[in-house]
Amino acid sequence: MIAPARPRKLAKVPFVELADGRMQGVVSSGSDIGRVYVSSIAASTYAYGCSTNNNRPCGGARGWYCNHIRALIGEAVLQYGAERVARYLKVDLADAEPSGDSLIDAMFATRPGADHSGAAATVFSRFLRHLAYLELAPTTAPLPEMQWFPPTRAVA
Amino acid sequence: MRTDLLTESVDGLDEALAAVDAFDGALAAGLLRPQPAQAAGLTELADAVAGTPLADRVAEAAEKAAAGAAGEDHFVALAAARTALLGSVHDALAHRVGEATGRGRAAADVPAPTAREAVNLLAAARSWLSDLARCGWQGMDHEVVSGAAQVVSAMLPDPELRRLATLLDGFAAELAASCPGASLERVPERRWADLWARAVLLTVPGAAELPETGTLTGRLLPLGVDVQEHATAVQAQVHAVFEPADGSAARLVRAGVSVPKPDTVVGAGLWQLLRPHLSLLEAVGEGRSMELTDMPVTAEGDLLWDNERARAGESADAFVTARVALPTATDGPTAPLDRHPSRIAVPVFLEGYAARQDDDESLYFDLAGSALAVDADRIPSASPLTPEAVAKSGACIGLLRWDAGRFVLQALAVESTVRKKAVALHAGAWAGGTTDKAGVKAEKAATDAVKVLRERAGKLLRK
Repeated sequence: MIAPARPRKLAKVPFVELADGRMQGVVSSGSDIGRVYVSSIAASTYAYGCSTNNNRPCGGARGWYCNHIRALIGEAVLQYGAERVARYLKVDLADAEPSGDSLIDAMFATRPGADHSGAAATVFSRFLRHLAYLELAPTTAPLPEMQWFPPTRAVA
Repeated sequence: MRTDLLTESVDGLDEALAAVDAFDGALAAGLLRPQPAQAAGLTELADAVAGTPLADRVAEAAEKAAAGAAGEDHFVALAAARTALLGSVHDALAHRVGEATGRGRAAADVPAPTAREAVNLLAAARSWLSDLARCGWQGMDHEVVSGAAQVVSAMLPDPELRRLATLLDGFAAELAASCPGASLERVPERRWADLWARAVLLTVPGAAELPETGTLTGRLLPLGVDVQEHATAVQAQVHAVFEPADGSAARLVRAGVSVPKPDTVVGAGLWQLLRPHLSLLEAVGEGRSMELTDMPVTAEGDLLWDNERARAGESADAFVTARVALPTATDGPTAPLDRHPSRIAVPVFLEGYAARQDDDESLYFDLAGSALAVDADRIPSASPLTPEAVAKSGACIGLLRWDAGRFVLQALAVESTVRKKAVALHAGAWAGGTTDKAGVKAEKAATDAVKVLRERAGKLLRK
């Protein structure tokens, strides 16, 4: 079983996930309400990508983790806990306390390159799929299989 | 309540579970190129059902699987054999629970399925589950696991397929979080094989149907709310005593509501999503009964809730219901295919116990010389009930479950004595909303989260 996500404010980073071998998500633009950035960091290599949903590259992400990527890391730590993020991205924190800052430091120390795998479209469609869950109708017919998924007070 | 019976051994249980474990071990390693040990595990499962009508088909399936040549129908046969074994375990345990509670159980009269589901999606799901069985938990990777996403997306909007879709969604997310399987230190073999076998069976057209078999008119007295959740789905089930208006015998029923959700909707947000569709949640929060008129019900005693057929009744204290009405009510039956130990969730009432915490913080209720294990973690996060309150309680309405080889009590509500007065805490107290300070804060945070997501969905989804 997986511990449920910790509650967090969604305005800045409406979506973050650990999937497809990446930490990836969607970050709201600070200036344009209709624009979002799709940001990602690959596990192991820490290669980063950041572009708008229309595939325009982010000006901040040149040789450096831009503010969108930093926000993504911060919110991933809130949602999943720093330890789970570190484990998923395969970050060796040595003796540092797991946190958003120590994660950024440890990853950036390896001089990661830009990720040209073009994951933005996939990530964005996963975000849309995620949003579509809000549109699904509830049912009062029983789902006996949910008995396998107990709630827990423990958080990620 | 004879809690002493719950700690006594059950004849044949270990043997049945050993055959299940043998199969689960074979599945864990993957059935693409099975080793001799895996072949032995498959044979053990087949031997365990040799005296049943499944014998021939399962023997053939085990032989094919052992040779690495199992087709989808063979996987279905193996899943059926495993399910039958656990069904027998369920029956033995349910019988024991009946002896302990002293209550009667209604006979199952389940209508034949009509199989109306979209067969192509069921086939797609089965194909994914077969791929999974060939890889095994040790051989699975992101590529195999992500194959579920498309099937789940296509299934979720269809109410007829919701059972399988919700199961696959939770199962796939759990597997994805454990990928790649080769680097796993510990594999939850029994659990994943449970989910796999259940999903495989639900791909058989008609297997997921739980049709209406009648209607109920009378008074509904809630006992408590049980919540189940995974990252992208939640279900709340109210356990209640139903007293028919015609004066016939009272019976235990459930009324539930479920919905898929984004993983960032948690805590009080779950109640907010569910609340509008099950007016009973509000009644539970207020400590009221409800009057039902022609409410549809399944053979298992699950109400197919319709807000139009229920109205708020008089106030009804769950502890009075538990003390007075529960002992004489009849338990609902379990549909043949749904018989599985994890389905056991039987309302019970206990008092006069001594709550005791072990050194490792596990909790027990000592009662008349026997100790009943308590799972104090199985409480929704948006609830005034806490593990600490359970550990200090003097009376408890709970669900008797069976987990990891023993009976366990899940608390739905507890009563404790504070300054010589009985104070009650209910797991579902906030289901209909709350004025509690911490509860209000949680509600506000959840409202904001959903608002942001809806605003984003409005901008992006319909472009």
